[in-house]
Amino acid sequence: MGIPLEQLLQAIPFEQLLIQTVNGIVTGMILALVASGLTLIFGIMDVVNFAHGELFMLGAYVGVITLAATGNFWVALVVATLTIALLGAAIHVTTLRPLLGRDPLTTILATFGISLVLQNYALWQFGPVARKIQEPFTGHFTLFYLDYPWYRLVIALLSAAIIGALWLFLKFGTYGIWIRATTQDRVMAQAMGIPVPSVLTVVFAIGAGMAAASGVLFGPLVGVNHAMGLDWVLKAFIVVVVGGMGNLGGSIAASIFIGLMESYASLWVSPAQAVIFSFVVLILTLLFRPTGLFVPTPK
Amino acid sequence: MSARRVVVYWTAFSVILALLIVAPLVLPEFWRRFLTEILIWGLLAMSSDILIGYAGMVSFGHSAFFGLGMYGAAAALLLVKPPDLWLAILYGLIAAAGVAAFVAYFATRLRDIYFAITTLIFSQIFYVIIFTWTEVTGGENGLTFGRPALAIPGLFSVPFTSETLHWFVLAVVTASYLALRRITQSPFGMVLQSIRENEARTRAIGYPIERYKIAAVMLSGLFAGLAGVLYAIQNRFAAPDFVFFLISGEVVIFNVIGGIGTLVGPIVGAAFFLLLREGFSRFFTEYYLIPVGLIFIAMVIFMPQGLLGFMRRWLNQ
Repeated sequence: MGIPLEQLLQAIPFEQLLIQTVNGIVTGMILALVASGLTLIFGIMDVVNFAHGELFMLGAYVGVITLAATGNFWVALVVATLTIALLGAAIHVTTLRPLLGRDPLTTILATFGISLVLQNYALWQFGPVARKIQEPFTGHFTLFYLDYPWYRLVIALLSAAIIGALWLFLKFGTYGIWIRATTQDRVMAQAMGIPVPSVLTVVFAIGAGMAAASGVLFGPLVGVNHAMGLDWVLKAFIVVVVGGMGNLGGSIAASIFIGLMESYASLWVSPAQAVIFSFVVLILTLLFRPTGLFVPTPK
Repeated sequence: MSARRVVVYWTAFSVILALLIVAPLVLPEFWRRFLTEILIWGLLAMSSDILIGYAGMVSFGHSAFFGLGMYGAAAALLLVKPPDLWLAILYGLIAAAGVAAFVAYFATRLRDIYFAITTLIFSQIFYVIIFTWTEVTGGENGLTFGRPALAIPGLFSVPFTSETLHWFVLAVVTASYLALRRITQSPFGMVLQSIRENEARTRAIGYPIERYKIAAVMLSGLFAGLAGVLYAIQNRFAAPDFVFFLISGEVVIFNVIGGIGTLVGPIVGAAFFLLLREGFSRFFTEYYLIPVGLIFIAMVIFMPQGLLGFMRRWLNQ
């Protein structure tokens, strides 16, 4: 304490600040991909999906296996997304559909049970040693005298593309319109002939697939292990609350905000402690804007 | 409530209490320890039942209260020489109460799912602080300390044996049960239950429900902290793992398995869970959570009332 702010800023070179900005946006976009699946499932189905981090983790593992078998990263990305989307549909049909119409809190309990099972299954199947996904390409480009890997930028763009595609699908696709109709009024949608239970299953599958895709994309940056989902689901929950539950745009803004803040914070403190900054943001949000930072003030 | 049912209730209570008192004399060492542990986890689950079962607020952050109780006891046992049992309890309760006040102030602004997520994230805040503040908390390794003597100042002081430790824990848990039972039947407890049933109407009648909720979270946190102190005394260590939110999740599992809103249900749930874990870990080694998780999911779907749910009215009379 007692260090003046200018001195603190001078201690950080400009290049490092820039690198952290780009890093923050990249992490933020991955986080946005995880959180938009979570907020989609919550906003449409009233299900708080505790198993979301485990779907992220299993997606990364399926990616590791497919990559080892085929040697192609993009094939691994697609296979992982589809596999986990199917798994998501299966989970929804077997455990969440019987809970339709019950208190949303029971879905927290059920998905918590699912997360325990999946996490221990991964530990059992793949062991405690972290696996690595090889990046599809390793090129660098120069960013103010510093090398920066292209791959990181590609992740951010891909995440943005997937989220954009989801938005277009929800806005203009026939099935997207079904999904939005189900959100607005489940009973009325059913009366209009929309197969509501199937729509909910598809939504859960889409959310699960998005989690898996982000798992594979993020795999090359960190090791893949059975506990990697825990960190992410917590961060995604923070994002979803800060951005406003069920609000896609808010989640993206909040993800980038949290990503940037944590990467700036890690200039001064260790990454483990940088998490505390997001916690503080969450507390402040709850105090002053309990409906979320990025939604219009309720009237 | 008929007089006969009261007699039946207290007879059953006395019989079970008597069995638990005699148990350590006949059980082998392993199961004696196991039973004591069930009682401690049961106390933690019971404290959470005040929120889940009576006030209708699902807390996913009870590990914070439990863990801070442990670290509070650790502080007393490490800093004060000679280690004193009552001081450990006092420090543990103060630490848990401080955390509970903090969590209660913020989290009670939110309802339902938001409350659950917020309490979860609060417990993670304390986990990160404890995990990274190595100089004070010992970081990942935690703290180890000696067990204090069972003493009443001015009367006697004897070292704990596994029997006396069991009886001490049993006494604390029984007293907590009776206190919590009394509280849930008091006007305060009735208001909590009416918040669970219809918050808007309770507010309209004129009850300051925010204050009631804060009091409920603090009460719950105090008893959870007490469980943490007992666990620290039994195992002679405090570790950040016990602040991690998986512990909170297990507490919720105890409640759902045993039956919420019954107070004894969570203890039964803890016993059932720990027995399942013990049984399955013989076959599945450390992957016991796979079958336990599947059983839990099945119970959420098919048996939402829990094991003792059918006795809920009778237990609350």
